Amino acid sequence: MDRDRPRLSGSGLLATVPLAFVGLFFVWPVATVIAEGLTGAGVLEVLGDRRLQRVAWFTLWQAAVSTVLTIAVALPGAWALARFRFRGRAVVWALITVPFVLPTVVVASAFVAVLGPRGPLGGPLGGLLPGVGAILAAHVYFNVAVVARTVANALGQVDPQLEEAARSLGASRWTAFREVSLPLVRPALVAAASIVFLFTFTSFGVVLLLGGPRRATIDVEIWRQVAYFLDLRTAAALAVVQLVAVVACLVVAGRMQARVVPRRARDAARRPVGAERAVLAAILGPTLAFLVTPLAVVAYRSVDVGGGLGLTFYRALGTSRRGSSLFVPPEAAIRNSVTYAAIATAIALLVGGITAGLAAYRDRRTSRLLDLLVMVPLGTSAVTLGLGFLLALDEPPLDLRTWWGLVPIAHALIAAPFVVRIVVPALRSIDPRLREAAAVLGASPVRVRLAVDVPLASRAVLVAAGFAFAISLGEFGATLFLARPDNPTMPIAIFRFLGQPGPLNLGQAMAMSTLLMLVTATVIAGIERFRAGSVGAF
Amino acid sequence: MKVKRWLAGALALLLVAAGCGDDDDGGDGDGVTLRLVTHDSFAVSDEVLEAFTAESGIAVEIVASGDAGAALNLSILNRENPLGDVFFGVDNTFLTRALDADLFVRHRSPAIDDVDPRFVLDDEHRVTPIDHGEVCVNFDRSTYPDGPPATFEDLADPTERGRLVVQNPATSSPGLAFLLGTIAHFGEDGWQDWWRALVANDVLVATGWEEAYYQHFSGGSGEGDRPLVVSYATSPPAEVIFAEPQPDDAPTGVLVDTCVEQIEFAGILQGTEHEDEARQLIDFMLSPVFQADMPMQMFVLPVVEGIDLPEEFVAHAAVVPEPLRLDPADIDVNRDRWIDEWTEIVLG
Repeated sequence: MDRDRPRLSGSGLLATVPLAFVGLFFVWPVATVIAEGLTGAGVLEVLGDRRLQRVAWFTLWQAAVSTVLTIAVALPGAWALARFRFRGRAVVWALITVPFVLPTVVVASAFVAVLGPRGPLGGPLGGLLPGVGAILAAHVYFNVAVVARTVANALGQVDPQLEEAARSLGASRWTAFREVSLPLVRPALVAAASIVFLFTFTSFGVVLLLGGPRRATIDVEIWRQVAYFLDLRTAAALAVVQLVAVVACLVVAGRMQARVVPRRARDAARRPVGAERAVLAAILGPTLAFLVTPLAVVAYRSVDVGGGLGLTFYRALGTSRRGSSLFVPPEAAIRNSVTYAAIATAIALLVGGITAGLAAYRDRRTSRLLDLLVMVPLGTSAVTLGLGFLLALDEPPLDLRTWWGLVPIAHALIAAPFVVRIVVPALRSIDPRLREAAAVLGASPVRVRLAVDVPLASRAVLVAAGFAFAISLGEFGATLFLARPDNPTMPIAIFRFLGQPGPLNLGQAMAMSTLLMLVTATVIAGIERFRAGSVGAF
Repeated sequence: MKVKRWLAGALALLLVAAGCGDDDDGGDGDGVTLRLVTHDSFAVSDEVLEAFTAESGIAVEIVASGDAGAALNLSILNRENPLGDVFFGVDNTFLTRALDADLFVRHRSPAIDDVDPRFVLDDEHRVTPIDHGEVCVNFDRSTYPDGPPATFEDLADPTERGRLVVQNPATSSPGLAFLLGTIAHFGEDGWQDWWRALVANDVLVATGWEEAYYQHFSGGSGEGDRPLVVSYATSPPAEVIFAEPQPDDAPTGVLVDTCVEQIEFAGILQGTEHEDEARQLIDFMLSPVFQADMPMQMFVLPVVEGIDLPEEFVAHAAVVPEPLRLDPADIDVNRDRWIDEWTEIVLG
């Protein structure tokens, strides 16, 4: 009921922030690429090419399957983490989130270490590699955090007494969850699912490194056309196909997102008792084993110096062996990554926060349009975007092609959808009576927002900030195009090590990856602590 | 309120970042800053670059965008409004594409007289050869105590079944170089049969070099189970240099008869406002100090004659007297068709 949603005066003005940002740094660059290369015949050729048809179908198919599998793996863990409070919950949260930021090259190498011919699971599961199985496993691995965090955040706000009431009426734990809680978190679930879908739809590194030579997604194909064939015509046509597919998927997802029932907004987690402990262990044990094994392999290999353990690789990180002008000490790579991530988070919160605020209170059409606008960049190839930056932002005063700021801006484009998707459900679930009460007591519309909505949504904002930060820390595809060689991020530094043979290079890549994991885990654990601490405030 | 403190923190970080991002622009004072556009494997040592700046008063800023293919194509797409003044990293595979795009200003460096003439592929001197290297099959010494196979023909022999890893020429530049090598060796009508025999011999195709070497190769730092991989003639010295402690012998070796030549060129980008300085930078890249610096930085070899190589290269790098090569114009005309044919035969 839109009557419940007081309009914010000046919201039109606020809307210019996301519109200008997405317009300048997404619509314009991508439109430039398409305008340079697109011809009607080009699109028809792409649509008629059997190989490209297979590529498009495989892209769609693997994204859909990856999304379903990710939900299946993440849902039990999300439920357990939302329902129960236990020692080490913050650590578990951090461990679940770390895979999300690891560079693909590192995860691929860890998967190979586990599943490869010399790995412990190489016998029974070695057949997965390379191929579709490995692609799907890696996609689930990367994206469990997206579903787990988004859904757990929503579940945490569902009153557990509802489920308990259902159970006292004879429903099993699963039925109670399925019939009571699941419908209530459906919007969050659909939001997370559409993000996972877009992420895997535009999968690049995973498909290149684990898929074998016969598997290509539209993203891989665009890169091939640009980097090897200089065929902007085909690349632009593919970019259009990708864009249309992404918009269509988002529109469908938007229709599936039901209205949200107002819920009580407080942390419903409690300590597990009796048999619940076993349930908790049974759920979290396998999930964590799946997520942590590759991390542990990477960490182990960073200290495995051949015939013993040592810190050789970490020491090597800090010494410039070849006196290269591009040598980057690890603290500089960490500083670059953290700085970029902080800026990207700030931009994403600003752009995404305003969009979320507008989307949550405006009528459905406006809110869908805004949501769509912010979501589409997530479903666009990093190559298209990087190319667009170089082609579009090339004239003074906007000759930004070698400006360092493009890196956090590109990261913010990818992170803003998370902010919107996490904050909108939180804002919508605020009981409108609270706002009415504030208004009755004489608060102005702006005051109502600041006094009611902002504090109640702040937890969701923190979750979103954590995601934005993590996305920026791990982003690789766009960064490779945009980062200046003297200012690499941690994933770029890792990639550089893997460009040359030699045990020291591999070891340093593992050491830098371990540092990246530690930085991420520290940030996420810090946010968890802060989040837990703020719960009591309202 | 906590949110406020958070925002203040974010703002502070933003300001700090803005401060540290800007400090390295513009160079010092009145000196010109040249932008060197290149791929992400480019490297030079600090002291060498500083020596150039000290001598000429020209500062150099390095701009990299993607791998060799991507960097060149982006420069071609940006031709009207170039990203920089000098481009480094066109190889002979894509040379004709760059020349046809009229990307470069002519410059005959005086130092070109010291370059082995076989590397000078453009008589008009729009590009200047800077380094060369060879793409060759590497082998794991531990698998072949009695000596490895030698020729392309040997690799298709049933005794080598399931042992070779190559890269997809459509996604990898060493993969493309290796395909071109087989075409140079077997001829336009013979290479297809050899690749068919290789497929029957269970060849493994990786997407890129990293995957092929680190995931599938068993030698050196590779973690796979195949003892033969397409890599570089300089990979064995890298296995020694990037090891601690350094072994006396490289754990891998090179099949010299499978080596195909890769030459990298530099050129002055059309539209530069600093043409004179750009000429000086190209000349500097042919100077003994830069040429001698390249092997340890980029694992490529000098094109200027009489440059001493680092001892690790002397000890462990393969000497390839006559690498395979194809005419760049032939490559340019046929490249896409060859890749399609290869895809049909090997991946079809």
